[in-house]
Amino acid sequence: MDTLFHVAPFTGYVYPNETVIPWTVLIAIYPYLTGLVAGAFTMSSLYQVFGMQRFKPVAHFAMLTSLCCMLIVPLPLLLHLGQPMRALNPVITPHITSAFAIFGYAAGFYVILLLLENWFVFRPHIVAQAQQRTGPLGWFYRILTLGSYDLSDRAMRYDRKWIFALAIIGIPGAHGLHGYVGFVFGSLKSREWWSSDLMPPIFLFSAIISGVALLIVLYAISCRLRKIPIDLDCMKGMTYTLWGFMLFALLLEAVEFASLVYRGREGIEVILEYVSGPLIVPFWIIQIGVCSLVPVLWLTYMIWRGVGGNALIAGTVLSALLVLVGVLMMRWNVVIGGQEIAKTGKGLLTYHMPLFERESAVTAAVLLIAPFVLLAAAVRLFPPWDDTNGPH
Amino acid sequence: MDDKPESGEPPEAGRRKFLGLVGGGSIAIATTALLPQAAAVVVPDKPEIPGYDWNKHHWAFGIDATKCIGCLRCVEACKVENNVPTDANHFRTWVERYVTLEGEEKTRIDSQHDPVNIQAAGAEGKYRFANRYKDAKVEKAFFVPKLCNHCTHPACVQVCPVGATYKTEDGAVLIDHTMCIGCQYCVQACPYGARFFNEEIQATDKCTWCYHRITKGLNPACVEVCPVSARIFGDRNDKQSPISVFLRNNRVTVLRPESGNAPNVFYVGIDKEVS
Repeated sequence: MDTLFHVAPFTGYVYPNETVIPWTVLIAIYPYLTGLVAGAFTMSSLYQVFGMQRFKPVAHFAMLTSLCCMLIVPLPLLLHLGQPMRALNPVITPHITSAFAIFGYAAGFYVILLLLENWFVFRPHIVAQAQQRTGPLGWFYRILTLGSYDLSDRAMRYDRKWIFALAIIGIPGAHGLHGYVGFVFGSLKSREWWSSDLMPPIFLFSAIISGVALLIVLYAISCRLRKIPIDLDCMKGMTYTLWGFMLFALLLEAVEFASLVYRGREGIEVILEYVSGPLIVPFWIIQIGVCSLVPVLWLTYMIWRGVGGNALIAGTVLSALLVLVGVLMMRWNVVIGGQEIAKTGKGLLTYHMPLFERESAVTAAVLLIAPFVLLAAAVRLFPPWDDTNGPH
Repeated sequence: MDDKPESGEPPEAGRRKFLGLVGGGSIAIATTALLPQAAAVVVPDKPEIPGYDWNKHHWAFGIDATKCIGCLRCVEACKVENNVPTDANHFRTWVERYVTLEGEEKTRIDSQHDPVNIQAAGAEGKYRFANRYKDAKVEKAFFVPKLCNHCTHPACVQVCPVGATYKTEDGAVLIDHTMCIGCQYCVQACPYGARFFNEEIQATDKCTWCYHRITKGLNPACVEVCPVSARIFGDRNDKQSPISVFLRNNRVTVLRPESGNAPNVFYVGIDKEVS
């Protein structure tokens, strides 16, 4: 039989109602996915807006990745709700003082923006396929043309204008969406672990590095699957991007942690007990040590020594994999960690993640894999590759 | 209170009416299409209690911790009165025990959800404090009843994305379970741990000061059963009510005033450790 709730074991004094952890693993997955959306979008903007030609091989792929992740973002929230049938109520009747009330609007706006931008980017492919294909797929592409088959130079110039404008709007859009997720946590005064003005930028920078890292890994895998060589210039650019943003992300986290400890407000003893006890493995060893310091030092070394070729690719991909794990751990340590420190400031709780249930490890794993299943289908329908998609 | 709006409608009434119409209507359409047996519930703008006008009352709660004997009848009465799950993890009200032993600087705190106390009670649905300090030299000991503070600036109401939890004109903070989406953002926002997620109704739950009783002129269940009058309740608009007398005759404090929530549960006789 399914248990109605899980009691978190505790030490010290915690409020009785705190023994059921309110926000589970799914709420840690949610900012991770929005982070990947924002990060992947950043990667595509470097080409679309900032005109960095070296990122052309991943620009469209990044946008498709961003869209596939974004389509899954609402799911962890929906699965968490006690009343999923009322999920749209915050959109229909928002309570505007809530930091969460505009999520539906922000996310909805961003999905539309991503769909539009992807449509403009892949329009030449859609039109070509609509004219060539028959059967259900033909119909699919013909519907997607939205009746516009015009691929003249004038039309393409017009499209490019839209892509550029949407990409520009998308930068504050994606980053606003994710900074806002940080605000949802940072604005809560009830938890010392969350209550910080630095939470939005910390979420933002960790989002960017997770998105860039994801693109590095996906790009390497896609080249391997398509049996084409990896564009070294592009890879090197992503190495620099990951490294640069990582320095900011780590600095912000260090400043946040230092000020939390230095302020030493009420409950700091328990926080210190927490970081020097239960957090040793998930925070210090995995998130900070293995998944932040190792990759940042490794990337520094490669950049400093001018490493190139396969060594650069291997080093960057491995660093990116570590960063992806590290950012996931960061989300975990923020969301779950914040709830393991009791509001009393006098006790600690331990969250146990169930294996099979609505809010469990299996659900989390499925939600983490889902965007890539979508992406695998999407790249077949809309090849984002530089070499097949013609010039843009 | 002199500054109550004359209209008799709370400031959020218009929005709530809209919520009732649009939300209820859309749920009605959605649910009747999907689940024919599910009926939509349209929430009234204010409680339909004959003769009760929420503009004429200003409820507040007092706790005299020097009187509390930790019998936990209040907890039991609350659970029965309000259908609160009878386990040791869901409470609309609870009692904390603060014990300082001789030679110790740190105060020991426990409540009825402590495994030792559950064992002493014999079951989770029974509540008592174990006599765990009988062989120790106790320097100071006292009990502190806790409940929702029905704050003037409630953080829980601020964060609710749908306005399912709201501040009434007479001072209570209530939850409309038919509107709660169960996101538990309010559970996170409450610094007092007063809110919990009720798995039986899949919505957030908490103390209402027994709103169904006080609007009929009765005391909250916990106040009713307290054998030592450690819990005081009443209408601040009535200068002779127990709470008005309590607030007039005592120097009171509130929990976590720095949170800015401005609680309306006033304490006498608590120590610096209590928060």
